Amino acid sequence: MRDFPRQATSAMTEKTVLNATHRALGARMVDFGGWDMPINYGSQIEEHHAVRRDAGMFDVSHMTVIDLHGARTRDFLRHLLANSVDKLKAHGKALYSCMLNGQGGVIDDLIVYFLGDEFYRLVVNAATRAKDLAWIEQQAKAFDVQVKERPEFAMIAVQGPNARAKVLGLLHEVDRPRIEKLGKFAAAAAQGPHGMPLFVARTGYTGEDGFEIIVPAEHAVALWEALAAAGVKPAGLGARDTLRLEAGMNLYGQDMDEGVSPWEANLGWTIALDEGRDFVGRKVLEAQKAAGVKRVMVGLVLDEKGVLRHGQKVLTANGDGEILSGSFAPTLDKAVAFARIPVGEPGAIRVDIRGREVPVRLVKYPFVRDGKPCEGI
Amino acid sequence: MSEIPGDLKFLKSHEWARAEDDGLVRVGISDHAQDQLGDLVYVELPEIGSAVKAGVGAAVVESVKAASDIYSPVSGEVVAVNELLNDKPETINEDAFGEGWIFLVRPSDRAELDELLDANEYGELVENEDH
Repeated sequence: MRDFPRQATSAMTEKTVLNATHRALGARMVDFGGWDMPINYGSQIEEHHAVRRDAGMFDVSHMTVIDLHGARTRDFLRHLLANSVDKLKAHGKALYSCMLNGQGGVIDDLIVYFLGDEFYRLVVNAATRAKDLAWIEQQAKAFDVQVKERPEFAMIAVQGPNARAKVLGLLHEVDRPRIEKLGKFAAAAAQGPHGMPLFVARTGYTGEDGFEIIVPAEHAVALWEALAAAGVKPAGLGARDTLRLEAGMNLYGQDMDEGVSPWEANLGWTIALDEGRDFVGRKVLEAQKAAGVKRVMVGLVLDEKGVLRHGQKVLTANGDGEILSGSFAPTLDKAVAFARIPVGEPGAIRVDIRGREVPVRLVKYPFVRDGKPCEGI
Repeated sequence: MSEIPGDLKFLKSHEWARAEDDGLVRVGISDHAQDQLGDLVYVELPEIGSAVKAGVGAAVVESVKAASDIYSPVSGEVVAVNELLNDKPETINEDAFGEGWIFLVRPSDRAELDELLDANEYGELVENEDH
C-alpha cells in the first residue's frame, strides 16, 4: 500500500494537557501542525455521528489564545482585521474575521471576542501561531496595544444537539440561566465543576450548536472527565474535519492561504468595506472587487462511488480547477468537496480521480445543517 | 487487534496472501493496516479476468482520510473479487483476515509466494513500526 499513514513519533511535537487522557482512551495520535493530537478514538465515523446526533467533545487546546489590552485596542483591530469589530456592540460578543497581508492574502482566519472596552481576545489557528504572533505584534506597536499569548489555557469544544444541555448541567447553578440564554457567537465567564473558572463561548466548527470552553490547563482533565461522565463522547480531529466540511466551513491552509484572496475563498461575507476604515489589504480587495475575480470557490457532490480529495484536478468548460477540502461525508454517505475553479458557467464538471474523469454536481453549500442534509445535496 | 493467522504470507506494504487448497491465492490487507487507515468508505476492486503483477497496484482502498493502493502479492489473473465490499467496505475494518478479503488470483508463478514474509516476520515488522 502507498500513502500509509504513520504514527507521530517525533519528540519535537507539542502536547496538550489532555495528551495522556487521549492515550488512555486508546486514541490514534498524529502530528497536527506540530502538535501530537488524537485523530480518532477508534472510529472517526462514529465520532462524527455522535456530534451530529447527540454530543461530542474535541480537545482544541492546540489553538492559540491571544489577549489584547490597551486604550486603542479597538482602533488596532479596525486596522488589523478585514471584518469590522464595530459590529461588536456588547461585551462577550464574538466575530469571525480574516487577517490579511498587504497584498490581500489571508494570513489566518480567527475569532475575536469583545471582552472589555480595552480588552479583546483572539483565538487563532495552531499551525499559524508563530507567524500570527509576529504579525500581530508588529502591527500592534503603532497602537500601543499589549499582545499577550495565553498558553496556560486549554480549550475543549463541546458540540452537538445535546451539547449545551450537558455543559449547563456541570455549571454552578447560579450561572446556568445566564449561560443558557447566551446567544450564538457570544461568550461569558462561568463556574464549572469544583468551582473552576470557565470562559464559555457559543461558537463551534461543526455546524451544530454547542460551546467552545476555555479552561485553565490545570482544570482541563477534570472538565474532560466531568463531560465524559455527563455522556459527551470524545471525538478526534478527523471527525472535526468532516463535520466542518459538511457545515461549509473553510480550513486555513487547505481552502485559503496567503496566496488566495477572501473573494476567491467564499469569505466575501466576512469583508466589511465600511466607510473610512483603512484595514490591511483593503486597497487590494477593493481593486479585485472592481476588476472581478478570476477564480471562485464552489461546492461539489460526487454521486458515484469514490472520494473527492485535496489536490485532485477539476475539469470545467472554462479550464481546470482543483479540489481544496474534500472527503467522504458521513452524514451524507457520499463524498463532497470545496473546489476553486475558473469564474463563469462551468458546464459539466468532472474530477480526475486517479486518471478517471468522474462527473460531479455543483451545489450550494453548506452540505449539512443542524444534523440534516441541506436541500439539493 | 486480532492474531495474525499463521497460514498467511505478507508484503512489507501490509497486503496478505493465502494459498487456498485449490491453488488460488486470496489477497487482502492486514488488520494492522486497516487499523492504521481507519474507517474504510470505498474499495476499488480489480476487474475479473484482469492481469495483476507482484508488487504492483491492483486495487485501491479509501478510508475517510486517505486513498491507498493495494499491491498484489503475486502475479496472475484475477478470478474473483469480493463484491460484498462494494456495499460494505467496513467489512475490512471488521474482519481484515477473513470476510474482508479483496480479490482472488490464479497465480502464474507460485514461487513468488516464497518471497513473501511469513506471519512471524510480518508480526516483527509491525511491532518495529509501532516503536
